[in-house]
Amino acid sequence: MKNRLKNKTTRNNFITYGVVILIYIVMQILTASGSISSTMQGLLVPICAYVVMAISLNLTVGILGELSLGHAGFMSVGAFTGVTAAMALSGRVSSGIVCLIVGMVVGAVFAAIVGFLIGIPVLRLKGDYLAIVTLAFGEIIKGIFNNLYVGIDSNGLHMSLLSDKTDLAEGGKLIIGGPMGLTSIPRYSTFTIGIILVIITLIVVFHLVSSRQGRAIMAVRDNRIAAESIGVNITKYKLMAFTVSAALAGASGTLFAMNYSTIVANKFDFNTSILILVFVVLGGLGNMLGSIIAAAALTILPEALRQFADYRMLVYAIVLILVMLATNNDTFKNFLRRLKPGHKKAADEDGKEAV
Amino acid sequence: MAKLVKIPSNSMIPERDIGKSPILECVNLGIQFGGLKAVDDFNLTIGRTEIAGLIGPNGAGKTTVFNLLTKVYQPTHGTILLDGKDTHGMNTIQVNKAGIARTFQNIRLFNDLSVEDNVKTAMENGMTYNMWDGIFRTPKYWKQEKIAHERALELLSIFRMEDMAGMKAGSLPYGAQRRLEIVRALATNPSLLLLDEPAAGMNPSETAELMENIRKIRDTFQIAVLLIEHDMSLVMNICEGLCVLNFGKVIAKGTPQDIQSNPAVIEAYLGKQKER
Repeated sequence: MKNRLKNKTTRNNFITYGVVILIYIVMQILTASGSISSTMQGLLVPICAYVVMAISLNLTVGILGELSLGHAGFMSVGAFTGVTAAMALSGRVSSGIVCLIVGMVVGAVFAAIVGFLIGIPVLRLKGDYLAIVTLAFGEIIKGIFNNLYVGIDSNGLHMSLLSDKTDLAEGGKLIIGGPMGLTSIPRYSTFTIGIILVIITLIVVFHLVSSRQGRAIMAVRDNRIAAESIGVNITKYKLMAFTVSAALAGASGTLFAMNYSTIVANKFDFNTSILILVFVVLGGLGNMLGSIIAAAALTILPEALRQFADYRMLVYAIVLILVMLATNNDTFKNFLRRLKPGHKKAADEDGKEAV
Repeated sequence: MAKLVKIPSNSMIPERDIGKSPILECVNLGIQFGGLKAVDDFNLTIGRTEIAGLIGPNGAGKTTVFNLLTKVYQPTHGTILLDGKDTHGMNTIQVNKAGIARTFQNIRLFNDLSVEDNVKTAMENGMTYNMWDGIFRTPKYWKQEKIAHERALELLSIFRMEDMAGMKAGSLPYGAQRRLEIVRALATNPSLLLLDEPAAGMNPSETAELMENIRKIRDTFQIAVLLIEHDMSLVMNICEGLCVLNFGKVIAKGTPQDIQSNPAVIEAYLGKQKER
């Protein structure tokens, strides 16, 4: 009994790593044998990016307990800065992988800086107010990138706002073209790098949660007043969770953008933020494996059901309603619990404790 | 029963603490919410290892005193000297680091964390590894986590709760939750422990055990305890000094024996005796 929960957490973490690696192996075999469609193959990298987004948002929503509606904004920051770095580097370094990795690191660092700066005022708020401000922040980021021009030539990077005043020298190229977004991106992203990023994200989140910082973050979530009374600096730990979450989203943004040859800022709008939030809520708050499965399933399903495209939003709404009804139904919950081996005993113990 | 003795500042502390400076001194402490003086002219001195009690009818301002001491509210009048140092301008976190830990009247645990993690969270002050040590699991992380684990179990063993370490705090029975709050407060290494109605909702045998444990905590950690309690058997049994509040004002101070026979206290609790 003493170490049961501890072991259970560790075991759940290893199951999550295992599932990710298993999916990777299965997909590699399927790709090699040519038994998956090219549409599906094209989805592999976006799925990895969305999985990282879902896990990182779960850190904010599930672990820190604050609702953020601007997570796509951090993805956008990561995408634009990371790709710029990768493209600036690609003239000098021949290896695509190195460019991508440098790009992801740069994307993560910039997103972390933006997350930190945004977090200072935003995290003084709570609940609905915080959600509204993060939503506005996402829109602001979108607005900035829609009006940003960045080019590179032999003299280095040139930047201008509102209109193209970069004045590139001979042989220079425009990287960010305002509303045109990022153009002629080298497509360096691969499924392997994607899976590695997913695993790194999982390690960061799991290790953070089981350190003293993670405990403090969860303490703030569970009871701020008590946390303060035992000397936990609330602002510091809220900022920490928010910044780590933003950094992971930034890396994911670079991965996502470098899978396409062009990408516009409007791709990372409010709908994307909500989509990621849906992954998190559907997968379960604080449940990383759930986030992974939800992100993958909700990215594949719309593609797989393309022939029913006209009814897509209708079915989507019905499914969401059914899920909500089912998860709040005691009979159904008991049925699910009975399906899980070893859960019966736990349920009995819960009953005893309640008495 | 310890004897209370007068010290120069005209307050009383237990005889054995007389050589040492008092841990807490409140001088003319007060807070005003608009026109309402919730606590007014509150003076209290607590010796190094004293178990002191703060009693009074409902709404007398007892919890407000706790909130003033822990700086949940900033006092509008007077000073609080903790171990001789003025706590003016400190916030809740700084006061905790300076040595005051508290429990709450309505239990405030981290319900979704395990019992052990609840205690470990309170060891914040003693742990120095940073976020990167945690993420990369450096030797510093393992070393400090191991110490924290052992210390958490040791603290839990005061209340014989080691075997509950893995359970979620929210799933504990009521009495155990109250005890866990005390353990969590102790984990911050306080020199003054504030207990807000520790025996609320406990049955007589649990209360008796709690009394033993409060004494044991005082003896092992050599700290002072200030408690708010309505259970008179507990208060009269373990408190060495008592302070009675009514309508935000101190109406009596002294040993439990003095208080029991004090007419002002009887009046506050039972109402004025009719003139015959």
